[in-house]
This record gives sequence, structure tokens and C-alpha cells, in this order.
Amino acid sequence: MNAGVEALRREIAARADGLPDTVVMEVCGTHTHAMRRYGIRQLLPGNIRLVSGPGCPVCVTDGRDLARALWLAGQRNVTLCSFGDMLRVPCGKESLLSLAAKGARVRVVVSPLEALQLARAEPRRAIVYFGVGFETTAPLTAALVDQAGRQSIPNLSVLSVHKTMPEAVRTLMRSGARVDALLCPGHVAAVAGAEAFRFVPEELRLPAAVSGFEAEEMLLALAALMGMLRAKKPGLVNAYPRAAAPYGNPAALALLEGVFEPRAANWRGLGEIPASGLALRGEYAGFDAEKRFDIPLTDVPEPAGCRCADVLRGLLEPPECPLFGSACAPQSPVGACMVSSEGACAAHYAYGRDL
Amino acid sequence: MCLAIPGRIVEIDGDEAVLDYGGATRRASLLLVPGAKVGDAALVHAGFAIQILGDEDAGKLMDILAEVETP
Repeated sequence: MNAGVEALRREIAARADGLPDTVVMEVCGTHTHAMRRYGIRQLLPGNIRLVSGPGCPVCVTDGRDLARALWLAGQRNVTLCSFGDMLRVPCGKESLLSLAAKGARVRVVVSPLEALQLARAEPRRAIVYFGVGFETTAPLTAALVDQAGRQSIPNLSVLSVHKTMPEAVRTLMRSGARVDALLCPGHVAAVAGAEAFRFVPEELRLPAAVSGFEAEEMLLALAALMGMLRAKKPGLVNAYPRAAAPYGNPAALALLEGVFEPRAANWRGLGEIPASGLALRGEYAGFDAEKRFDIPLTDVPEPAGCRCADVLRGLLEPPECPLFGSACAPQSPVGACMVSSEGACAAHYAYGRDL
Repeated sequence: MCLAIPGRIVEIDGDEAVLDYGGATRRASLLLVPGAKVGDAALVHAGFAIQILGDEDAGKLMDILAEVETP
């Protein structure tokens, strides 16, 4: 074992010794994936349980929001641009991928700016960018909208289902979730700033540590959490200072705040949370797909037996869902958490089925 | 989705940079990091540099561990 990892494992064990049963929650899809890939849970003592919360943006996208993207993709003159991991999320009997197989124009992009290139290349088609993700990703969509405005690209619009993390964490913790400490998402903090999580110790009285994504970085943050739990002094430790400045990236935040404004958003598993979503501001209405198209609102019932909502609140471990690994597997996902590699179920299926 | 990868800026061309990722090079937008310079290490997410990384010595294990009381 790597010397740093072993030293941290011992440090965590020493600090956790004598603590009652303790639940640490992470709220980042990349942590969800990394902790299983690196076997972080197996390095923790028996009284410390690390659980995944609502950190995978693919997973927390509400069925009604996904249905709006599918409706847009189904319009004859629309090309819908999306990150690839949204394509296989089931939405009733369809998905963006199944619509694409029937002829819908769905374009997988790795950067939002590809939508701008496409809009320039195909001026007669309506290019809609499906904006999904948290504070890390939303400034990129803001840059896309800003550039579309500066370059006067009339055929580009954005369907924003972007979300922000603090209100969701508040809602989850106040709903009675049994969480004793929070492992905070390092790349959200790289943009929003480590101080964006100051409310966790100050309002919720829980220790918080901003974490990177390598095994040592996650263990370092966990060691910091154990120290605060042991001392019974909830605070905020930035264990990823190389990337997460106290106030994040001011240029990215300025663009984010210039293009978007807060609004209520629906989260799979958590329901509607006030001020946890990002809508385009009125001055960008020309680039807002919700204003440009008359998109119907469609209720999408959760698949029968699917327990994604409980998995996303950290109430259920993936294998405790009766569909896990049988009816619901990465090749044929029933629930959203089995689709993206950042979903708790998909990550558990890939790395941790015997754990 | 919030996956981000560190690279080093080797060339800047307007709003774009060429970054080196341990031998492989890729372009990324600098729209979100207007002060970026050649030689900077940057965190890149979905085609954009989202933050310039600080000194590699920042965040040494023991310094961070010392921030909280040890048992």
C-alpha cells in the first residue's frame, strides 16, 4: 500500500477510535465513483460509514426535466446537444438514446462550446444545449450563452436544469438525514469557493472538509473530519487548497451570476427545493429554450420498484434495492443511479458488488 | 460530471490554450480564467480551464492535519 495512504488510514483509525457509529456523506458524483474505485470504505474503521448523497447531476435530474429534453429532441428542426451520460437515463419508455435511434438529432458534446460551433455550421436548425450539472459545470453554460450573445448566434438556446449544491444540502440535512459530517465536493469548491460550505458547520453544526479526488486526498479530508468529530468542534477544513481557493474562481462566478438567477428546482429523490436551480436571466430570454419553445410539462412516474430516491438521500445502499444487479444493471438501467458511472448504483456495480 | 483534470498550459492563442497532460495535448477555453499564463497548471473540465492550480506544495498532508486537533 502507498505509504501516504497507509499513514492516513492509521491516522483516521486513531482519530475515529471510540467515536460512536458515524455517517459521513459525500455529495459529488466524482467522489461517488472514486471512493468505490479506490476502496476507500474498506480503509475506514467499522464505526465510520461513508455514504453517497445527491451528488450525481445525471441522477438528480428530475423526470419532468428529462421529459422536456426528450420533447425538444423530438422536434423536427431541433438538434439537442447533451453530455453523453444523460443519453441512457430512462424517461418512461424512452431515453434520448432511443429517440436518437428513431432519427432524433441528439448530439453528444464534451464541451458546451461545441454547441456554438454546431449552431454556426447549421444556421437553419435550432440548436439546443441541455445544461445539466452543478456549480462546476454551470459557468461553462454561462460562457456558452455569453458567447452566443456576443457573436449574435440566433439559432442557439439552452435548456437549463443546472442546480447548486448548498440548498440541497440544507434541505437534505433538515429532512432528518442521519449524517454526522460532510465531505464537500472539491470541484464545486474550485468554482464556488471552499467558503461556500461554511454554512455546514455554522448553520447545520456539522464538520465539513473540502476534498480532492485521489485516494490520499479523500483520506486526508476524512482524517480532518474525524479530528473535528473527536474534538466535537464542527468547522470547515479545506483539504484541497491547491484547487479550491476560499472564494473560488471570481471570473467564473461573475459569468455565472451574470447569466443565471436562482429558481426552484426539482431534484429526483429530494423534490422541489427553493433557490436550488439556475434559470437564464430575462436579458438572455432569447437564448432560453423554455421561452423559445412551448414545452409541455409531462409527469414521468418512477419505474416500478426503483429506489433511486432513497439511494440519493443516502438512506439505502445500492445492493439493498431489489432491482440492483438483476432487473437494473448498467447494460439495461431502470433507475438513473445505474446510468452514469458517477451514479452510486453504477459505481457499486462496477467496483463493489461483493463489499 | 464534475470530473476535472489538471494540465499545464503550453501555448495561448486568444481565448484558447493548448494544455499538456503528461504528454498528450488538448485545447481548452480560457474564458473562465482570464489571467492564465503559459506555464500555469490548470484544472480543466469539459473543454474549459476552470481554475488555475496553486503551488504544488500547498496542502501538504501534515499542514492540513494540523489544522484540526489530533487525538
